[in-house]
Amino acid sequence: MKTLDQIKQTMRRDRVFDFMVSTGTHPVHRGEIDTSHGPILYVENINVSFDGFKALNDLTLYIDDGELRCIIGPNGAGKTTMMDVLTGKTRPDSGTAYFGQSMDLTRMTEHEIASSGIGRKFQKPTIFPEHTVFENLELAMNMDKGVWASLQFKLTGEQKTRIEEVMQTINLVQQCHTAAGRLSHGQKQWLEIGMLITQEPRLLLVDEPVAGMTHQEIEHTAELLTGLAGKHSVVVVEHDMDFIRSIAKKVTVLHEGHVLAEGDMDTIQNDPRVIEVYLGE
Amino acid sequence: MSFTHELIKLVQQDRVGKYLLSSLLAVSIMVPVLNLLVPESSSLHVSTYVVTLLGKYLCYALLAIALDLVWGYGGILSLGHGVFFALGGYAMGMYLMRQVGDRGVYGNPELPDFMVFLDWQELPWYWLGFDQFWFSALMIILVPGLLAFIFGWLAFRSRVTGVYLSIITQALTFAFMLAFFRNEMGFGGNNGLTDFKDILGFDIQHGGTRNVLFVVSALALAVGYLLCRYIVNSKFGRVVVAIRDAEDRTRFIGYKVESYKLWLFVISAMMAGIAGALYVPQVGIINPGEFSPLNSIELVVWVAVGGRGTLYGAIVGALLVNFAKTFFTGALPEVWLFALGGLFVVVTLFLPQGLVGLYQQTREKYLARRAV
Amino acid sequence: MCIHHTVHASYRNMKMLAVMFKILLFIGSLVSYTAAMAAQAEDDFVSGLTQLTQSDFDVKEQAIKQLAETDDERVGKVLPAMLSGSLYYVKADKTIVYIKKTDDGYALTSVLENTSLGVVSKRKIKKITVNNKLRKQLSGLIAQRGMTHHDPAVRLASVKNMISQLSQADRENIQTQLGKEQHKDVIAALNVALAMLDAEHTDKQKQLAAVKLLAESNYPESRNLLKEILIQAKAADDTTLINQVSMSLEKIQVRAERYQTIETVFFGVSLGSVLLLAAIGLAITFGVMGVINMAHGELMMIGAYTTYVVQLLMPNHIEWSLLVAIPSAFVVAGLFGVAIERGVIRFLYGRPLETLLATFGISLILQQLVRSVFSPLNRAVITPDWMSGSWQINALLSLTYNRLYIIVFSLLVFVGLLMILKKTSLGLHVRAVSQNRTMARAMGIRTEWVDAMTFGLGSGIAGIAGVALSQLTNVGPNLGQSYIIDSFMVVVFGGVGNLWGTLVAAMSLGIANKFMEPWVGAVLAKIFILVFIILFIQKRPRGLFPQKGRAAEN
Repeated sequence: MKTLDQIKQTMRRDRVFDFMVSTGTHPVHRGEIDTSHGPILYVENINVSFDGFKALNDLTLYIDDGELRCIIGPNGAGKTTMMDVLTGKTRPDSGTAYFGQSMDLTRMTEHEIASSGIGRKFQKPTIFPEHTVFENLELAMNMDKGVWASLQFKLTGEQKTRIEEVMQTINLVQQCHTAAGRLSHGQKQWLEIGMLITQEPRLLLVDEPVAGMTHQEIEHTAELLTGLAGKHSVVVVEHDMDFIRSIAKKVTVLHEGHVLAEGDMDTIQNDPRVIEVYLGE
Repeated sequence: MSFTHELIKLVQQDRVGKYLLSSLLAVSIMVPVLNLLVPESSSLHVSTYVVTLLGKYLCYALLAIALDLVWGYGGILSLGHGVFFALGGYAMGMYLMRQVGDRGVYGNPELPDFMVFLDWQELPWYWLGFDQFWFSALMIILVPGLLAFIFGWLAFRSRVTGVYLSIITQALTFAFMLAFFRNEMGFGGNNGLTDFKDILGFDIQHGGTRNVLFVVSALALAVGYLLCRYIVNSKFGRVVVAIRDAEDRTRFIGYKVESYKLWLFVISAMMAGIAGALYVPQVGIINPGEFSPLNSIELVVWVAVGGRGTLYGAIVGALLVNFAKTFFTGALPEVWLFALGGLFVVVTLFLPQGLVGLYQQTREKYLARRAV
Repeated sequence: MCIHHTVHASYRNMKMLAVMFKILLFIGSLVSYTAAMAAQAEDDFVSGLTQLTQSDFDVKEQAIKQLAETDDERVGKVLPAMLSGSLYYVKADKTIVYIKKTDDGYALTSVLENTSLGVVSKRKIKKITVNNKLRKQLSGLIAQRGMTHHDPAVRLASVKNMISQLSQADRENIQTQLGKEQHKDVIAALNVALAMLDAEHTDKQKQLAAVKLLAESNYPESRNLLKEILIQAKAADDTTLINQVSMSLEKIQVRAERYQTIETVFFGVSLGSVLLLAAIGLAITFGVMGVINMAHGELMMIGAYTTYVVQLLMPNHIEWSLLVAIPSAFVVAGLFGVAIERGVIRFLYGRPLETLLATFGISLILQQLVRSVFSPLNRAVITPDWMSGSWQINALLSLTYNRLYIIVFSLLVFVGLLMILKKTSLGLHVRAVSQNRTMARAMGIRTEWVDAMTFGLGSGIAGIAGVALSQLTNVGPNLGQSYIIDSFMVVVFGGVGNLWGTLVAAMSLGIANKFMEPWVGAVLAKIFILVFIILFIQKRPRGLFPQKGRAAEN
């Protein structure tokens, strides 16, 4: 049995020869993302245009394993489009996006990307309104997500405990059996973050997590996200500068589809180009 | 053992389902008894005509829950579900046609009458095997299932959703209707398949056979209901509803949405095929009219009237609308289309959850008031 | 002074009067002369006609000759009637009449006065019989009269008629006409006729030249003749002739195929135009507003019935009825559309599947309404004269006027709609609302009003399409149903929200359909198109011309 596993390891197609890495039907091994060179995400020279409008223009970006990165930028800077490209929703016109060393995100489908370990939180909180909070978390939970497995699925005690833990983290224990559609806006945001946590991704893409939250809720979210970093890599897109200052070590500024500046918050705030984009014109 | 256990648990958890299944059981005992044992003179006697009519309704109900599965739970509004129903029906019709043997008008032991009439010399290859019941039964499930698989595989893979999907399902059933109207297809053209003699050796016109068919239809409906209930209660069912409510979200948490939709569609098509197969021996004919887009759309109204996404709502809707149809087309034929059309409008405007939803709402209100 | 002046004036007046009198006299004599001539011709005509009642064929022959020489307009009708056997005389008073068989006997029309003489039984009348000799004389005379007619079209028609029953006896006639003829089409036709005669000539050189010439002819008769000659030549083993004939036949074949293609394209474009008319209204409601209107077909049906009603209201001016029907159908169908939008659809925005079901219900109601008000049977809508007939380009190619008009009409509607959307304020508002409803409302656009108007516009165009359809198909309660799926296919194929896409889709589907029909038949062609679109949608879910970007996502 051990030898078999070893053979499997050596024969893994993404390890042996690069040209053997087939596209689309890539064998996805969870938790085996190759981060031996440091970064977990390589985005290089991505271009996307819609009817002549360049949403992403030669975007190049690297995210390190375990890093918490904030991305800011004015409206139309291409933040959401970038997330769409990384999660397989939009195909770029050119450029590459690799998850680890070997997974070509531009050729994988959404669910392949998701099960290889990238989780996404949408700008508008998207949860399953007719399902209870518990069921939402259960659906997101990291497990075999095939058709047949779902038909036969039985919740184990371990999984139940895990879901209860997450509900504690996101403060929704009381609402366990409430239909998610009835939650408040902030609670929906948290539920979505909770779903990201049960999904156990290696990389979290979080789009405007604190929009519509109270001050307290924002603080709690900041704690949550910083807690996640380290074990996971987190990319946060936000407008709320206070929030970013409270969590960010490194900030990337996007403008007109490419990276304008990158660095810690103080450098960014004093960068004349950033000031011009935000205040000028 | 564990299967029975599961089944009992399934029924126990389903309050309305319990009523439904027990009334189905009651009906499937009462109706044959009232038909066969109670003398015709008695006011309690149920005529064979009514038995057949009720059997037909039960087939429609099975078709309705098949649609509810894809529409109510999966959010896939198929305007062409009649195509699966009719294909199941044709498969059964072909079996029944072969059973006629040399008792047809032309007395040809091999060829059905319409083929002799068209001067065909031998049975087309796709008719082979339909003299065997087991083969026909297999085809009743496989043919609709295969069509649903091919169509669904193409459609869901390329993310055809919403109204686009509805429109091309409608085009699908329309194309089938046109095709089956052609004599060259070898399915009896305009007239379809009819003049059946017997099924599994029993005279199809005989009252006893009619009662058996009725009971089998009731049984099929019960089994179909339980199957659907199992599916929607499983995690598969929850994923399907999740896809209905937020397709992208479901994808981004790692579900292969196309596969879920595809299998849901295939299961539903197979159920529709069985419904069609049970329908044909009871009404005694299957013709291309069953493919007409109007039939498929009418089916959507049954589900909408009853209330989608509940399974029992679909059954209630199918029974009520068809009862109304029988009544109107008999008593006031010119009013029926007005009534049906009005029903479409009224249900979509005022009863988005259907009658079942209305009942639940009033019940909740009542309970809430009592609690105060 | 005054008197003198008057006298002078009167003298001058008298002189003038005299001149005038002379002129009048001249005119008068001229008139009386012509009158006398006319009287003479009239007499000839009447006497010739009377002699036709004689049973002696020689007398009849003389009479026919006399009639033909009179140049009387009526001869043009008498001779063909005699040839076709519809010329009779009343036994009682020997009045010559045209007859027409009716349900209760024979309707008589006087030849002399062209007045109706009522309906009589068969026993009261007797046919003016002809024998083979007379038949020949008649057809020759008819052709000759036709060929000397002042209208080139009539001359051409008579030459064509002659070609269809050519005999060597016509040669002389043709050659005389060729000498006089000015019109180039008629000359060409005459030359073909002559060549056909020459092709059967015994003189080898002449024959070969004629066969070569016939390669340019489009008449089916000349083609048949060539085929016959080929058979004869093969029998005679005449290699040069075989080669020449084969070459000519091949040339004709190539040309025939080309015309065939042109005709198929024409049929395809005309079918495409019908599809365009049917789909374009849908493209607005579906594409611009996102509303699935299943009652669209029934709005077309309403347009067709409006045409029917308009014709009922103006039975004496059928030729104008369509011009009245177009605006009426637009208004009637448009009002129905506005009513549907205000009554049902506005409660269902953003719920396309519900809209689909509700409008389907409406379509059922409208169908039953028409059944109850009119009848479940088809109604007859009359085609005005200017719509019937065809444009004869040459013997192989003719395009029917109704299809031509519909092509032009649908393109006009298309351009008109494009203009409305591009240039008018309604169009601007419609586009604004379709792109961002909330924003448009915030800017003070009355979105509700725009919705109603847009839907009314789409429905009105469906009504106009109905007018066109009333000229092509049966007008009945099921008219709409048979077009709705096709229209949806066109819109979906072209790409939603794109009028140009709708145009391209309609035309290509129409042409594809017509090209497939000869191969597989009409039904299979339609099935193939449906299957093709079903597969196409899988490949390109947003149609031929999809919208991209953020707007398309929502």
